[in-house]
Amino acid sequence: MSEKIKGSEALLRGLIAEGVDRIFGYPGGAIIPVYDTLYDFTDRITHILTRHEQGAIHAAQGYARVSQRTGVVLVTSGPAATNVMTGLSDAMLDSTPLVVITGQVSSGLLGTDAFQETDVVGITQPITKWAYQIRRAEDVPWAVSRAFYIANTGRPGPVVLDFTKDAQTGLMEWDGYKRCNFIRSYVPYPEVPDGDLRRVADLINSAERPMIIAGHGVMIAGAENELESLATKADIPVAATLLGLSTMPSDHRLFKGMVGMHGNIGPNINTNRADLLIAIGMRFDDRVTGTIDSYAKQAKIVHIDIDAAEFNKNVPVYASIHGDAREVLSRLLPLVREAKHTDWLETFNIPEAVEREKVMADAVFRTDPHGRCCMGEVAYWVSRAAGPNAVLVTDVGQNQMLSARYFRYTHPRSIITSGGLGTMGFGLPAAIGAKMGAPERTVCFFTGDGGIQMTLQELGTIMQYGTAVKIIVLNNDFLGNVRQWQMMFFHERLSQTPMLNPDFVEIAKAYGIPGETVECREQLSDAIERMMLHDGSYLLNVRVDEADMVFPMTPVGKPVDYVMLNNTEIYPLD
Amino acid sequence: MNPTDTLYTIAVFAENHVGLLNQLSIIFTRRGLNLESVTASRCSIPGVHKMTLTCYSDRPTMEKVIKQIEKRIDVIRAFLYTDDDIVYQEVALYKVPTERLLHEQHLEEIIRRHNARILELTPEYTVIEKTGHSDETEALFEELKKYDIRQFVRTGRVAVTKSPMEHVDLYLRQQEERQRSLS
Repeated sequence: MSEKIKGSEALLRGLIAEGVDRIFGYPGGAIIPVYDTLYDFTDRITHILTRHEQGAIHAAQGYARVSQRTGVVLVTSGPAATNVMTGLSDAMLDSTPLVVITGQVSSGLLGTDAFQETDVVGITQPITKWAYQIRRAEDVPWAVSRAFYIANTGRPGPVVLDFTKDAQTGLMEWDGYKRCNFIRSYVPYPEVPDGDLRRVADLINSAERPMIIAGHGVMIAGAENELESLATKADIPVAATLLGLSTMPSDHRLFKGMVGMHGNIGPNINTNRADLLIAIGMRFDDRVTGTIDSYAKQAKIVHIDIDAAEFNKNVPVYASIHGDAREVLSRLLPLVREAKHTDWLETFNIPEAVEREKVMADAVFRTDPHGRCCMGEVAYWVSRAAGPNAVLVTDVGQNQMLSARYFRYTHPRSIITSGGLGTMGFGLPAAIGAKMGAPERTVCFFTGDGGIQMTLQELGTIMQYGTAVKIIVLNNDFLGNVRQWQMMFFHERLSQTPMLNPDFVEIAKAYGIPGETVECREQLSDAIERMMLHDGSYLLNVRVDEADMVFPMTPVGKPVDYVMLNNTEIYPLD
Repeated sequence: MNPTDTLYTIAVFAENHVGLLNQLSIIFTRRGLNLESVTASRCSIPGVHKMTLTCYSDRPTMEKVIKQIEKRIDVIRAFLYTDDDIVYQEVALYKVPTERLLHEQHLEEIIRRHNARILELTPEYTVIEKTGHSDETEALFEELKKYDIRQFVRTGRVAVTKSPMEHVDLYLRQQEERQRSLS
């Protein structure tokens, strides 16, 4: 039976039909009608009021990435819409399913520079998977169902629905809601021909030194078990990209660490030693490859991805399989022969030992009780205190690289970090969203004194909703990553990187969040314990040495197997 | 543009949604590619919109561009062609003072040789139309220059393929089957 309802109500009914029970947002003029309708839906939809629209979208990203559910954001027009641009761009690069609803001026005012009018569709098209303006109430179910279908199928990504005010208040005939499962111009899961699989299986069966690089796509496809089965059967070492971390447990026999600029020595060196590289759900970012013209030239590269536009985009590939990683890997498994690559696997041992001795000894295992803590050391011990079920959320910079390196991963979806866009300020709201998306897991958020201040206002969101996020500020009163580059490549000219900071513990206290400062090493373990035992959010302000740098490092413009162990030594050591 | 660049023709079949042209043009903008021409019209398939773009570039770049175009949700299919793959045309209009043409003794010969035609003739001006490839419309431009061309305009390229296969029809048939299997 059909009934007449407002466009705003059609939107909320659509969200409920899509299984949405939580949205992140901030009200304002051009979206008030939806907020007014929301007032009657609070029993079915929980709205999280962040302190800034950027906070809303990053929270939705954290929520989506930890749960693989579509993150929903509701904001007004104009400045609110422009405040979500960073998050849209971030979600686009990191394949995060979002539906972002922006209010818009009434359709009659479009193009007139009306109050808080911004050309949202025009400016979001380059950074979204799909952007659509709803100008009539009757189009709401169609647009909402397409938005959810597009956002969370194929390679996930952000979708914008720009909702004019008259479409929110206008009446439409409600005939029930039909979820979208087909768009003729869109094939989210392409058919995988047997021939492609056989060809790749032959390559795997004849390889002597194969290596898998697992990206975010493996987890998006839910293909962790299939990956493990394939790697185990064919005895293939597995490396991960930054976003691919936690696809396999850190201590798995075949897991060899992270590739890329600050990755582990073994997989980076062996990228340029392997005879077959199997890249799954990753996109050969320049932070992963180093210089392209020296990247894995000796290897046949096989690329498995759901996004055909990634094939041959950065690195020319020998073979590709266009498809969903889970389907591809499960169909490859019976075609791949059992094998042993013992000698090849052993080649990871020496670089691993060197990394322990030359890098970790300095970054994690210093002993001076009165010295300042090292960033990697803090991550290492927090991770061990937090236990196997913890989720790491990071900001961007040294805190990100070192916590990603030294966190131990046991379960998939255990790292949420801004990889592609490198968004400082991502972490705090993303950690809030992650905790809401996985309330049963401990969320450990690592940030720097720079990054936390970019979205510091979201401490208010933690206060309002009692979100139990463990906040670890690695505080060196510097923009540390830029400082590191200035020290290494810009003649130690520390241009605009020193920072005068407030007392973060006092700030947290003002928001009702307990915390403490760790001045030196001997205070660390007790402080971590207090943080973990505290039932709720807690802020640890850890004073770290400003000279602390992230190693190993493959500098920009160098091949992936050019690995600096510290400021003076390069792998391999003579 | 590099001296070695080739002129590529890109045919895009898409849903006729607001903002389609922007979705396509930003892909070129990102890579610093300059579009030489753009045309848009309906095509033989009801409800499907066709855009034809031309651009000087190299093949590896254009192959990436094509895939990024196809990735857009509203795009049904996109194809990359060089001049050998297609039959194509452009239309040019030339507005010339009638006064000047009246004194030209070889006007008839010029019109015939270029296979051009006169669309409108007034005491003040004459509008000549020429259909052809851009070097042909350019040649007539050179020839008419001495009569003081007041306005000149040329359309973007329209093109059809020489291939006997109609790939978009095939794709849409497959999609219809897929849709039937879903419902």
